[in-house]
Amino acid sequence: MKKVIILGAGQVGGIVAANLVSEKTDITVVDLNSEKLQKLSERLDLRVVVGNAGHPAILQEAGIEDCELLVAVTEKDEINMLACQIASKVFSVPDRVARIRSNEYLKDTRLSVQEMFDINHVICPEQIITDYICKLVEYPEALQVLEFANGALSMVSIKALEGGFLVGQPISNLNVHLKETESRIVAIFRNNQSVVPDGGTLIESGDEVFFLAKTQDMRNVMYEMRKMDRPIKQIMIAGGSDIGYRLASTLEADRKIKIIEPSEVRAKYLANNLKSALVIRGNETDKNLLNEERVEGVDLFIAASNNDERNIISSLLAKRLKVRKVIALIHESAYVDLLEESNIDIVIGLAEATIGSVLSHIRQGDVTRDHSLRKGAAEALEIIAHGNSSTSKCVGRKVQDIDWPENTQLGAIIRNQEVLMAHHDTVIESEDHLIIFVANKKMVPMVEKLLQVSKFHI
Amino acid sequence: MIRFASVLNLLSIVIVIIAVLMLIPYSISVYYQDGVSFAFLESFILTMVVGLLTWAITMRLSKGQEIQIREGFLLALLSWLVIPALSAIPLLLAIPGLSFTDAYFETMSGLTTTGATVLTGLDHLAVSINFWRTFLVWLGGMGVVVLAVALMPLLGVGGHQAFKAETPGPMKDEKITPRITQTAKGLWIVYSIITVACIVSLCLAGMPTMDSIMHTFSIMGLGGFSSHDDSFGFFKSPAMESVAIVFMLIAGVNFATHFVSFSRKSVKPYIADIEAHAFLILMVFSIILVSIVLWVHQFYDDYLTALRHAAFNVVSIATTTGLATVDYNLWPIFAPIFMILLSCFATCAGSTGGGIKMIRAQLLLKKSQGEILRLIHPHAEIVVKHNNQPIQTKILYSISTFFFLYVVTIIFFTLLMLLSGCDVVTGVTAVVASINNMGPGLNLVGPATTFAVLTDFQTWVCTFSMLLGRLELFTFLVVLSPRFWD
Repeated sequence: MKKVIILGAGQVGGIVAANLVSEKTDITVVDLNSEKLQKLSERLDLRVVVGNAGHPAILQEAGIEDCELLVAVTEKDEINMLACQIASKVFSVPDRVARIRSNEYLKDTRLSVQEMFDINHVICPEQIITDYICKLVEYPEALQVLEFANGALSMVSIKALEGGFLVGQPISNLNVHLKETESRIVAIFRNNQSVVPDGGTLIESGDEVFFLAKTQDMRNVMYEMRKMDRPIKQIMIAGGSDIGYRLASTLEADRKIKIIEPSEVRAKYLANNLKSALVIRGNETDKNLLNEERVEGVDLFIAASNNDERNIISSLLAKRLKVRKVIALIHESAYVDLLEESNIDIVIGLAEATIGSVLSHIRQGDVTRDHSLRKGAAEALEIIAHGNSSTSKCVGRKVQDIDWPENTQLGAIIRNQEVLMAHHDTVIESEDHLIIFVANKKMVPMVEKLLQVSKFHI
Repeated sequence: MIRFASVLNLLSIVIVIIAVLMLIPYSISVYYQDGVSFAFLESFILTMVVGLLTWAITMRLSKGQEIQIREGFLLALLSWLVIPALSAIPLLLAIPGLSFTDAYFETMSGLTTTGATVLTGLDHLAVSINFWRTFLVWLGGMGVVVLAVALMPLLGVGGHQAFKAETPGPMKDEKITPRITQTAKGLWIVYSIITVACIVSLCLAGMPTMDSIMHTFSIMGLGGFSSHDDSFGFFKSPAMESVAIVFMLIAGVNFATHFVSFSRKSVKPYIADIEAHAFLILMVFSIILVSIVLWVHQFYDDYLTALRHAAFNVVSIATTTGLATVDYNLWPIFAPIFMILLSCFATCAGSTGGGIKMIRAQLLLKKSQGEILRLIHPHAEIVVKHNNQPIQTKILYSISTFFFLYVVTIIFFTLLMLLSGCDVVTGVTAVVASINNMGPGLNLVGPATTFAVLTDFQTWVCTFSMLLGRLELFTFLVVLSPRFWD
């Protein structure tokens, strides 16, 4: 049994707890709010402790002495940092993850938060969602854009539509069309069923295609799948939550942003801190207000409040008011499936979209990046290969000789910061970063096992 | 109850400081043998006696009570009424036939850094008298109360209030050092350093030493007194004019910015000061505009001459200095009116210039933009920001009120001028030039003439305009409120 303490029973704490419980660990959750804890303990098999997560006595009560992993995800950055430091200095907890939301701690280069406070990994789920949506704003045709190797390599999910050059043609034509660029189609989903792609597979209109390409070549490959959309210039963000604010402040430099927030205090905060975005105080589910602010003229509507019901209503309303593209942010996983049937263009499940990268720090092994795809059903991993031909099942072998689990595809290799597309005869070396697409999430542990260094010679 | 005794006690300190400062022109008079040393010596004795008597009488009565906010206002106002009167004594003694009205106008003009004069034949005036006039400009530039605070810690809330009452600008609560005395000292030190740099630069450009000292005082205080009837035009030197332009622009920037930059040894404060950016950009734009106007009207033979005169006179008038190289009264009417308009708002808060100040103009403009935006988006949450910092509504109201009172004051005093039989252009420009602490107006009070043509009544109107402009209205008006005396 691995002992884990989670500080904070908020959204992220709940998500982490739910995911770790299923991985057979012993979990204790600490929070000031006993109501939140009670709800959590009703739902999941774990222990709860009420109290301030920064106090050593409370940490001790939670059993920090023999804890192996501390996940500090309370509302307050400062508590998270402090708890990690106490856990390391006083209780020698080996693994410490902290959520730090405020950029103030991270942007100052003189300050190394991780070193100062003994944090192994800093996570910020809000920033992950913001980056996710910003990519969709930049590439409006894509359903999802993921980056690997510090942004040099991208994986794109896109719906193939009539008008794309490759639609109706076999995949092998891709390299004929784009001679200069190297790209790789790693997966195709047709009617929600995974189709294993090979050179002869025909791309059909309506297919959801996942491909890997160097970031600078992305647009060319996207042209192969569908016609380009008009670029997104005007955005309305419904809800001034943390994510809403992050989106507005990231996007306001190049685009016209309107952000709607009902609370007076929060609206003031937004207006004080945003530079050019226009803050509208009002109810985002008020049809008259949306009409008054000419919602039909915006290119993108993002429902980003903290309340699922409001997000659902406002995005349905926006769709009714003829908004071209609507993105809804949903916390509750059950709603995400429900909205599959609706006409909302993109539904982002908060838990599904962030849990991968949160868990990648928590899981063992050398997964440096873990992106959830297709609402958590599939995953894209960046994983480091170690060892040599005698201790590893991968290193020193050709790609075609490796015993890959079902439904997985090696897309690319990053070797010394350089991106190499994987071919049948590529030989994997130690310290290579492998970009692996896993069409079925259940296969992830098998992939991890495949890359683990064995203590015994094979 | 207002604690008069405490106020007068502190005022006596200011009076003693002024008395001691009179020894500087006295020694100059003795050195140059200009024949008026008796005037300064007698004034020194008189002022010293007044100061010490006031101190002795009020010392016991004040019982060491600290002054509060209201007394602070009163101290600032009284200082600004009494000091010009005392400083006028040497002029009255040295210049036969000068009336008290004119002498008071002259020293008020100096201390408020206006630079309008009633004296003619400046070239023949005693050196020490010209020195005293320009020295008053220099003192008034950074402020007499600020000097008093720097030299003698006027402790308590009231001392801070008097300091604030004298410092121009809308956001007076921003202290640049934790203690007010340190702030006052820092400002005076930076002011003095830049002054020395200006004197040296003018000397290097070929100006006689005494002239450079006096003109530096005028330039740094953004005053405008000169030791020559032809003002700065006397020297006919492009090099000296360039030096003057540079230092007028430096003095037009907030001295808090200079201070922070000096103490941190970094140019970053200037990069962050967007008020200074607006001021400098406006200056460049205005110089080009006026030079083109002059050139198109073929007022000068070639463009470079037009540019040279436009550069000096636009900067001088816009920064409310009021030194002149040519009689711009003769220029196409657009140019002088435009320049006077600039003087209303071009300089930065915390500089030695007068007028509404650039930051108030910027904030009013942003506030107006916000109001227009509110018509388009009735539910928008609109915040006025300066340098990305939100500005409190309180301050914005205060600025709007200030602007309103400023316009009302100009109209009121202009009407008084017209009532006393002055022509429109002279009346309006004399009042605007006085309230902006700029100096020469147009027509009868233009750069080639003096304010001597005005009647005694009109002279007093201008004197009060200058005082109101220097204390930025509120300090004066607050004392007129009946509630003040409750």
